[in-house]
Amino acid sequence: MSDDVTPRPRGSFYPRRRDDWHPPALAPRYRSSTLRAPRRALISIPQGWGEITGPVFGQNMLGELDNDLLRNFARPGESPIGERIIVHGRVLDQDARPVPGVLVEIWQANAGGRYRHKKDGYTAPLDPNFAGLGRTVTDAEGHYEFRTIRPGPYPWPNGPNDWRPSHIHFSLFGSGFAQRLITQMYFEGDPLIERCPIVNTIPDPAAVDMLVARLDMNASLPMDALAWRFDIVLRGRRSTYFENRPEGN
Amino acid sequence: MANEPEYLDETPSQTAGPYVHIGTVPNFLGIEGVYAEDLGARMLDEHTKGERITITGRVLDGVGAPLRDAIVEIWQPDAAGLFPSPEERRGAADPHFTGWGRSACDFDTGLFRFATIRPGRVPLPDGRLQAPHVNFWIAARGVNIALHTRMYFPDEAAANAEDPILARLMAEGRGETLIAEKTDEGFHFEIRLQGHRETVFFDV
Repeated sequence: MSDDVTPRPRGSFYPRRRDDWHPPALAPRYRSSTLRAPRRALISIPQGWGEITGPVFGQNMLGELDNDLLRNFARPGESPIGERIIVHGRVLDQDARPVPGVLVEIWQANAGGRYRHKKDGYTAPLDPNFAGLGRTVTDAEGHYEFRTIRPGPYPWPNGPNDWRPSHIHFSLFGSGFAQRLITQMYFEGDPLIERCPIVNTIPDPAAVDMLVARLDMNASLPMDALAWRFDIVLRGRRSTYFENRPEGN
Repeated sequence: MANEPEYLDETPSQTAGPYVHIGTVPNFLGIEGVYAEDLGARMLDEHTKGERITITGRVLDGVGAPLRDAIVEIWQPDAAGLFPSPEERRGAADPHFTGWGRSACDFDTGLFRFATIRPGRVPLPDGRLQAPHVNFWIAARGVNIALHTRMYFPDEAAANAEDPILARLMAEGRGETLIAEKTDEGFHFEIRLQGHRETVFFDV
């Protein structure tokens, strides 16, 4: 195959910091992990084509309202209850390079803390104008943007009185299957963050801080919506293809 | 410290939680009209080259109960062993194959299901050939960082025997956990999160 027109990293991904940065599989204060955490150590294998390649999602698969949660489920002329917000940021790799073409999928509760999901039985009502899902693909600078409402906190069965802080779930596809990431975004200043057993599966406060979006007044729309900034860092990757690439492969 | 290497830290993982369907498979959940169809629901069309197969399976917890709220994704090469990705540089993959599938586990049975093709063989970076296999990725409530594993085929004994990764796991007594069962419908892959037959999960 010919050389790339634009130089961008194509090699294997940097190792994940699984021991002191990502949450461990088993975190007993998050009760659901006890029966679902593998107990054996993960097996390290070399990254091959199956890990450094991944599916592609183009802007052309997106609908016009896919990243506008204020409108993608609302009845004509109506809109969801709650604080109107913009959530935006950039997807970078560990070398601080923007990652274009990343599929970003989000889901969240409504302003009352209720999910549009058959397994959610919380007392707070559904909002007929809010589904709580959106998606977009990052642009050439790695930027993404959503319009939505600020989700409410809600109680959940774990400890005697555990509440989730307001949060938005994020699912990201980078350029390779090994770069796949699911995480959650929180809101600066929420006193429930430090009390949350799911947040606290993460051992390092600096890692938690990466999940806390900051109020972004410059990006706010006067008389319309406050903005929150959430940058996301995916695994970096080596500049070159397999360092030990054999002849004729 | 001019020569100190500076890297950003990766954003830490968090569990997908029990409501992952809303964002990833809304039509499966019953939220219709936002996306025309769920991503990853179709991997094939009528022109896809290769042997059609169906892969079913379940993800079992530490007491053997199937997870009914997990989401499973697969990523595999086409019948010739090429991935439909711009990162693939060994040749052009079958344009009628996506390589990527996403299936929620059934809310009652916990079964996931993929209609795909039997994958071709892919070399490791050092050139040694791997046996045909399908890469799996599992996210769920209670899973703090999504799990990577792979499924091999029970009717590929010769290729399996020379697969460097599978051979090493076989020698350690754990390789069988990655080999699917043949069924009338296709292949069935039980993923065990815990227990004496705990599936091998990879740090890739």
